Amino acid sequence: MIRGPLDKEGPDRLYTVTGGRSRADESRFDMVTLIVSESDPTPGMQSEHVKILRMCRRPLSVVEISSYLELPVSVVKILLCDLLDTGRITARHPHAARPGGRLPGPETLKKVLVALQNL
Amino acid sequence: MSTALPGGAGHAPLRESASNGLKIVIVGGFGVGKTTMVQSVSEIRPLSTEETMTQAGIGIDDASFVRHKTTTTVAFDFGRISLDEQMVLYLFGAPGQERFWFLWDRLFSGTLGAVVLVDTNRLSDSWYALDRLEHHGTPFIVARNNFTEPQHTLEEVREALDLPPEVPMIECDARKRDSSKAVLVALARYLYSLSTNGSAGETTA
Repeated sequence: MIRGPLDKEGPDRLYTVTGGRSRADESRFDMVTLIVSESDPTPGMQSEHVKILRMCRRPLSVVEISSYLELPVSVVKILLCDLLDTGRITARHPHAARPGGRLPGPETLKKVLVALQNL
Repeated sequence: MSTALPGGAGHAPLRESASNGLKIVIVGGFGVGKTTMVQSVSEIRPLSTEETMTQAGIGIDDASFVRHKTTTTVAFDFGRISLDEQMVLYLFGAPGQERFWFLWDRLFSGTLGAVVLVDTNRLSDSWYALDRLEHHGTPFIVARNNFTEPQHTLEEVREALDLPPEVPMIECDARKRDSSKAVLVALARYLYSLSTNGSAGETTA
């Protein structure tokens, strides 16, 4: 397992980045929800928000944003809540999983199988 | 680092139409080849990140495990494969260690399924992961990574791991793209068969 620089990250920075907010809203995003910017950064915007808006000009998953920002997934989700609430991003949530965490239907799984076979 | 940001060398942006992220998890002990497998099939250079869980977190199987810590941190690698215009498959290489499973529900709920990557010489490393996957109801296959010449048949491995007969087993060389791809195809075929025989509807992640 590659241990990134996050290991050395003190909790202070994470607290500052999120303004001390906790995890209340993070369930709004899955790790593989795809984020798309809907506007450009504006002056005075928090630097993490600026970075997210720039990197999501093409769709990018929550977990990729987390890796590029070198912030834990849950912290990134809190940052994304701000941007979603102000309409600066849209979120494309995974729609394969059915309620209750059951497997997707056979149509979806067949598509996955065929696509992998054709790689 | 900024060199890894999108737009930098080695970054392949997703299609504009990408809209449906899917998850598959590769679980295995240290050094068994999880990262190697992700690397061999991913369309991007594998990335890594972390998730943390504080003591007040939800979804803890047994809070007594974390009584002495305020924060649990788990690092994991991942890569991705664009399957078609909409679907993007994310592959996560995850450690099988105990603390990782506290975060399973947060990170991997809704995962399609798992590959348990095993090393014949250290089969006992896999027991805990197999137990937890069964507990979470996540469908899985077992892939034996043959970095070296295997000493046992797959049937011997099945017996040693006490695997039910319906769980597919496959041999692979995680360094080779075609071989890693064959593992993913085997998992996808198994998932598809579960979805069509009626029993998969009972699966919970």
